[in-house]
Amino acid sequence: MTSVTETPVATLPKKPLSARINWVRAAPFLYTLALFVLWEGLVLALDMPPTILPSPTRVFQAIVQYWSPIWKNSLQTLYTTTVGFAIAVVAGLAIGLFIGWSKTIYAGLYPLMIGFNAIPKVALVPILVIWFGIGTVPAVLTAFLISFFPIVVNVATGLATIEPETEDVLRALGARKMDIMLKVGIPRSMPYFFGSLKIAITLAFVGSVVSETVASNYGLGNMMSSAQSQFNVPLVFAGLLMLAVEGIVMYALMAWLERRMTGWAHRSTMAQ
Amino acid sequence: MSHLVSIDNVDMRYGGADGTLAVSGLTMRVDKGEFSAVVGPSGCGKSTLMKLVTGLHIPQAGVVVVAGAQVTKPVSIVGMAFRNPTMLPWRTTLENILLPLEIVERHRHRLRANKKEYVEKAEHLLETVGLKGFGQKFPWQLSGGMQQRANLCRALIHEPDLLMLDEPFGALDAFTREELWCVIRDLHAAQGVTIVLVTHDLREAVFLADKIFVMSARPGRILKEHHVPFARPRDLDIMYHSDFNDMVHELHGEIAKARVVA
Repeated sequence: MTSVTETPVATLPKKPLSARINWVRAAPFLYTLALFVLWEGLVLALDMPPTILPSPTRVFQAIVQYWSPIWKNSLQTLYTTTVGFAIAVVAGLAIGLFIGWSKTIYAGLYPLMIGFNAIPKVALVPILVIWFGIGTVPAVLTAFLISFFPIVVNVATGLATIEPETEDVLRALGARKMDIMLKVGIPRSMPYFFGSLKIAITLAFVGSVVSETVASNYGLGNMMSSAQSQFNVPLVFAGLLMLAVEGIVMYALMAWLERRMTGWAHRSTMAQ
Repeated sequence: MSHLVSIDNVDMRYGGADGTLAVSGLTMRVDKGEFSAVVGPSGCGKSTLMKLVTGLHIPQAGVVVVAGAQVTKPVSIVGMAFRNPTMLPWRTTLENILLPLEIVERHRHRLRANKKEYVEKAEHLLETVGLKGFGQKFPWQLSGGMQQRANLCRALIHEPDLLMLDEPFGALDAFTREELWCVIRDLHAAQGVTIVLVTHDLREAVFLADKIFVMSARPGRILKEHHVPFARPRDLDIMYHSDFNDMVHELHGEIAKARVVA
């Protein structure tokens, strides 16, 4: 390991292009590009009318053409999603800690939570509309309702799976429940919490768009449903594309946050 | 009163009136400063014994007295170490070792103001177990043997009068285990702490202990008490002496018999 073989740099032949590219880093872009090429090819080959399946070039054209409404509605959707998600993070963390606190609370609330999660959130939108009217509020609340469950479950799991030995060591020293929670339970559940954010943020988009589609005059959901009623299918696809982009960006942000906050959970051993 | 731990006719049953009886009629005494080992067939209630002495379980019958007081709640003069080092991965090794000080009443209010003094103490302990300079490493950057050394430091940082070890070397390879036997032997000699070691390894028990308790199969009680005659300080070489092997052999026979009875 210590003996490094000296290689004269000058005689090193210039590596071919394919060896100089980091294929792993390039892969996401290449695969995306390949998908669009395939899609374009399929549309050309089958001679699809744009009202059924518009080609990617047609969709990008629509993005340019309708940039102003797309931009505004994208921002609106991003806004309702992130607000709903933020509420879900706070509430999910709080409820997760509450549930994980004691076995009785865990046993009592868990079935209720599962039952609640089984309800399709689209069915709740009409109720939210009755309470709050159409627009931003139901979209925020739907995003919240759909995305807080994975956060709760993950935080509670982190708390519930403290090693009994760790608990014994601390209890023998006279630790109170609160000590064990603060010193072990909460730090321990953080990787689960940050992991769940990645799932929750994508679900939050589902929630807000569903609500906007059914009951709003703003947002990508509303834009797509009105485009659809005018048979403007390229615009519908443009909306889907924007949603995908927003979803990827937010997911990447959460993944980055996870690595930043709980690096110890993604450890490598000393040997590496 | 010279007994640090005295257990008198203790019954401990888990899970209500028809639950399993883990120990029954358990009686044993450990003197201050003594190194005792508890051996026995598996499932004989050795871990229950640990929990009774530390006050994590309160027996249904009989009395457990530690340091002159009947045990009715967790006793904080005890340090514990298990087979699994249970280091918290988000804390550095040093912070892990300081953890008990954040809990124990007598230290937790002093910790912030006297941080330097405590850190020095932890570093001194790390040096004693051969981990000098590893305090800033995270536990997962250490090998299994090193983690177990750090675990011993954590069990000792609050200067417990009694150290309870539950198979602390069970998961280690033979050479690391022998190294740690010497570490614990030297700690015992230097600090005068009373140690109760629960183990399956008879050679470990004979090498380290002054007194060996042999437990019966469940429900556990003490079958026999042996005094280990070998003079201290002991060297690893004594394990190859015939006296040593005879004693291990005798213990082995007793445990084999206890297993058959069960």
